[in-house]
Amino acid sequence: MDTETMAAETRAKRPIRWHVGVFLAPAVLVYTAFMILPLFGTLQLSLFRNIEQSQVFVGFSNFRTLFGDPNWSVNFWNALRNNVWFFIIHMLVQNPIGILLAALLSSPKLRFTAFYRTAIFVPTILSFVIVGFAWKLILSPIWGVAPHLMDFVGLKSFFTPWLGKEQYALTALSLVSVWQFVGIPMMLIYAALLSIPDEVIEAAECDGVTGMAQFWKIKLPLILPSIGIISILTFVGNFNAFDLIYTAQGALAGPNYSTDILGTFLYRAFFGFQLQVGDPNMGAAIATIMFLIILAGVCVYLFLVQTRLRRYQF
Amino acid sequence: MSTATRSLPRTIGAHAILITYTVIALFPVILVVMNSFKSRAGIFGAPLTPPTPKTFDLIGYATVFGQGDFFHYFQNSLVVTVASLFFVLLFGAMAAFALSEYRFRGNTLMGLYLALGIMIPIRLGTVAILQLMVASGLVNTLTALILVYTAQGLPLAIFILSEFMKQVSNDLKNAGRIDGLSEYTIFFRLVLPLVRPAMATVAVFTMIPIWNDLWFPLILAPSEETKTVTLGAQLFLGQFVTNWNAILAALSLAILPVLILYVIFSRQLIRGITSGAVK
Repeated sequence: MDTETMAAETRAKRPIRWHVGVFLAPAVLVYTAFMILPLFGTLQLSLFRNIEQSQVFVGFSNFRTLFGDPNWSVNFWNALRNNVWFFIIHMLVQNPIGILLAALLSSPKLRFTAFYRTAIFVPTILSFVIVGFAWKLILSPIWGVAPHLMDFVGLKSFFTPWLGKEQYALTALSLVSVWQFVGIPMMLIYAALLSIPDEVIEAAECDGVTGMAQFWKIKLPLILPSIGIISILTFVGNFNAFDLIYTAQGALAGPNYSTDILGTFLYRAFFGFQLQVGDPNMGAAIATIMFLIILAGVCVYLFLVQTRLRRYQF
Repeated sequence: MSTATRSLPRTIGAHAILITYTVIALFPVILVVMNSFKSRAGIFGAPLTPPTPKTFDLIGYATVFGQGDFFHYFQNSLVVTVASLFFVLLFGAMAAFALSEYRFRGNTLMGLYLALGIMIPIRLGTVAILQLMVASGLVNTLTALILVYTAQGLPLAIFILSEFMKQVSNDLKNAGRIDGLSEYTIFFRLVLPLVRPAMATVAVFTMIPIWNDLWFPLILAPSEETKTVTLGAQLFLGQFVTNWNAILAALSLAILPVLILYVIFSRQLIRGITSGAVK
């Protein structure tokens, strides 16, 4: 650590400022020991294989198994495809709804905004276990709440047990996740909209730009950096998701793996399930792929999105 | 203020959309809590009506308290959350102070290193974390969870707190130095009290994911002794799939503490987000 630097500026010269090290040490130690080292440890494990009770370096052989061996690759590509769909639904449903709600909340002189804000954020603070199970009950044909509600609007004939059908289960669960997390884009966009100075809005009004046109032409370009942030947060959150699928559909991500995403696939590979024996090295290989996907997303955001979208400083 | 003339239909439209979405957001929660106070016949006969004297029944709660060791799980969750929170706030504030107050070689690099964890989820290191815990004999202890959650919470805490610490007046700290206060006294006596609002925001952000986490309790501490309330609820729900009274009561019990905390802290949380702390 760089604590041996000479004291700067007007401060008296002290050769070693021990207190800087003391302030930094606990955080750096815990963070390094339980986050950074395990992360690299996992990347390293993915290059090894347990042969006759000892770890042997096998290069990229685990990844070849993952991509090529039908025992693994069918599940892997399925999980990846599902995960991409999971992400697409969030981007197409969660973020636009969040932006719409934020735009409405930030309209001037609207009353009860504090109440709306608080209420819409409630699902976000609940645990996945509660959310997953509550929706499982609501969508269950046994209880009949969902068909009953659809009857009110005359759509009862469209009801099917969504979570139990292969073609609908993933989309249904994605929408449940959207329901849970819509509060986050709403809050971040709301904060961004509030920080637009009044002069800009007034200038727009002087030029006759009001209402919808004002939102599309003035406000939206100004909140683009925040939209970039919620996109990357959604990306990282989605490619790391596990809990909701696990609570609603179990580790097998049924029906017939149709809701399997990378998180549940990693869990099964690592711990094993039913007849399959757990394999830490394959688990590490899947975690490595997830790491690379997330890293790629973060890099795209940092180097392409953030540098293009200049933050407007007022 | 903006002076655009807001037409009445527009305002009504805005309220209509917001009310609709509020109903969508709250409906499942209300439905679960409402039905947890009903008899089985009431739950299935009229799921959408509040409990009446005829359908009111606490059998679900009786089952939960009789079967699951929820009080113990609750205690575990509380210990893990409070301890992790304490370490995240203390260590995070100390590191944030070092980064924002002192200039030293590698300052920016250290800041970036500590910020890595905001984007890269700690969950990806699980395989190695489990090996580490097995090797150090910490599997099935609450200590393992506390250490992992502390590491998980630190990056965001340091990031947010150092933004706030930069705003603390330099004159104040220099006055303290002239009076002969040590750097530690300056930090604990002068700076910490001033960033208390930011600490509260960080506390809420740190607390929610820890309390709700299922992954690490499932992997690092699944024993009966160390189960957290989230894991306990998950297993309980799995066992009682057909006992709807018990399930609804267990869900309500899991919702209520979080909801009460949220109602108390929601202003703090929302102010934290909207003040641009997380940008």
